[in-house]
Amino acid sequence: MPAVLILGGLLAYPLFLGVWLSLTNTVLGSPGQFVGFQNYIDLISDPTYRGAAMFSIAYTFFAEIGKVSLGLILALIVNQKFAGYRIARAMMLMPYVAPTVLSALAWLWLFDPQFSAISWLLMKIHLIHAPINFVGSPTHAQISVIVVNIWRGLPYFAIGYLAGLQGINKDLLEAAAIDGASAWQSFWRITWPLLLPVTTILVSFSAIFTLTDFQLIWTITRGGPTDATQVFTTLAYQRAITGGSLGQGAAVAISPIIFMIFFAWFVVRSVREERATA
Amino acid sequence: MARLDRRTFLELSAAGIGAATATGLPAEAIAAAEASPFKPEKGAQLQLLRWTEFVKGDRTAWEENTKKFTELTGVPVQIQWLNWPDVSPKAALAAQINSGPDLIMGWNSDAYLYPDKLVDVGDLVDYIQKKSGYVYPVARSYCYHDTLKRWISVPIGVPGNAMAYRKDWMEQAGFQSFPTDMDGMLALARAMKKQAHPCGFSLGHAVGDSQGWSHWNLWGHGGRQVNADNSPAIVSAETLSSIEYAQQLFETMIDGVASWGDANNNQAFLAGQISLTMNGISIWYVAKAQYPKLFPVTYNALPPLGPIKQRTQFSTFTHAYIWKYSKYPNAAKEYLRFMLDREQAGKWVTDMIGYITPAYRGFSKLPVWTSDPNVTPYRDVLDGARFDGWPGVPGRAAAQATDQFVLIDMYADVCINKMAPRAAMQKAENRLTQIYKSA
Repeated sequence: MPAVLILGGLLAYPLFLGVWLSLTNTVLGSPGQFVGFQNYIDLISDPTYRGAAMFSIAYTFFAEIGKVSLGLILALIVNQKFAGYRIARAMMLMPYVAPTVLSALAWLWLFDPQFSAISWLLMKIHLIHAPINFVGSPTHAQISVIVVNIWRGLPYFAIGYLAGLQGINKDLLEAAAIDGASAWQSFWRITWPLLLPVTTILVSFSAIFTLTDFQLIWTITRGGPTDATQVFTTLAYQRAITGGSLGQGAAVAISPIIFMIFFAWFVVRSVREERATA
Repeated sequence: MARLDRRTFLELSAAGIGAATATGLPAEAIAAAEASPFKPEKGAQLQLLRWTEFVKGDRTAWEENTKKFTELTGVPVQIQWLNWPDVSPKAALAAQINSGPDLIMGWNSDAYLYPDKLVDVGDLVDYIQKKSGYVYPVARSYCYHDTLKRWISVPIGVPGNAMAYRKDWMEQAGFQSFPTDMDGMLALARAMKKQAHPCGFSLGHAVGDSQGWSHWNLWGHGGRQVNADNSPAIVSAETLSSIEYAQQLFETMIDGVASWGDANNNQAFLAGQISLTMNGISIWYVAKAQYPKLFPVTYNALPPLGPIKQRTQFSTFTHAYIWKYSKYPNAAKEYLRFMLDREQAGKWVTDMIGYITPAYRGFSKLPVWTSDPNVTPYRDVLDGARFDGWPGVPGRAAAQATDQFVLIDMYADVCINKMAPRAAMQKAENRLTQIYKSA
């Protein structure tokens, strides 16, 4: 019963309130009236919203690809026992444990068009002649925030994969080696299939958090330039909190729930499958 | 420090002991407090939420004045300092839950978002105007609700925008004085760029800086985002001229301006990377305090006039509003009266060397404005200042258009995304239509 109350109070109530608000024309400070799906209809014809939705999906998609591939590589490296491997594993967690807003501020400095340490270093070693314009054009800005998201989420994947790798029965790999399988064949035929369930869970959870990412983008670009890095959450904040249109902002915030339900369903299904095969 | 409440003050006065001597407060401040019609409630204590200072002198003077207020009235004031773009969201939260600080020093259209929640401060504004002069029209636009027919917020002033430029580079480029019209400024920017000294104006989502120069540019060319009835009006020949001007100016800018936040132009100027920008007095203020080599060549000037030959300024406007949920509205009024009284506000403005230009005309006579020719432009920034969404109705739609960076995005679409000017203008119009329809 207490669990139900806690879940109801902390999860269900805010969610239902959000859904209800999105069906009203509530503005800050005064209750609104029920307007049905009007806010959602307005959003469909709103190019800023459509742009934010497209970039949210692209942001999530490319960030997940980056995190899966780099996370796996990192896990494969730190799964080896080399001098200082324990320290390496601990260091790997740094981006994950640092408060997001602080790391975002650090990236803001690294992306500075005039004073970036990255540009400075590359100029020092004569690889470039002028500072890099990291977030000064839509495409650059989009790539940059995706890179930061990958950096931030990498430890989650690396640790997940490391656990997955350590759960793989060594006998299988040894048997494959005796049969003359190459390292790539062992990975592709044995390791990767065994890591698929953990991949599904890692990607699904991470996708939910990436799709609802706010701090990184708000700190680095505020959705700019020209709304190029606007995502669901930044747009919802802009509309509801700074602009005062709570109903419309709630509709923006609630709209990605369809994607999140899909990811959640994916998680549940893969967990069930895993249980069935276990 | 001993507190002197009103009762004690009366007792001391009656006993013939000069209260001024007893507290170290100027006699004028005590007399003004005594004459004030705003009597704090018994046991009052206040919570003020205000934006964090941009220049050091602001905070020290504000806190000093607050301390004096507490000594004089016995009303403790707890100040919560908050990064300036975060004040409006906090205010929104207070409006929604009917709880929070007693008063907030917020920005622009804040008060218009929840006017019914705010105390009528007409008596206080009248009182201050009688003592310190009438407010500039822009103050009335933000703080007087035309439909409700009452003052919903107390005008304070603006961290005004003017041009900060390098005098040495200007002279090397063949200019003896700072141009007074936009074409002249473009010629100067081009000449300085030729000498490898670009200018820099934010084309990104910088909350203050990008709004400042984009509105100046649009209005200076005679453009407007909406008409007086809030119907979108950005598609016009005037807007087109302003876009062309932005394009030409962009060619003289340093790389990366589309990613600039509010701090970038300050940093770039102080690092000697740009020759010209639009900003508050903070660049000059910091140069004076920390950059002895740069300071003698750092100059300020009023933004040049556009083709319409009128001053068209946009600055974030700060004002203070008192919540109806506050248990101590009179104490809050008395606090604002005290802080905006000539004695205290004069010290505040002087200590921050004119960072804030007060909304009341009487403060333009403060000696600080003529203490250095580079401070004087900031005295005059409220002349011709306009509110966001001018000449439409201030409020939610105007606030959203500003918050969503419609104007700067229009210029950035052309300068950065290489969109055709007419297409960018039409896109801005579509966005404004959407905003003004749904807000």
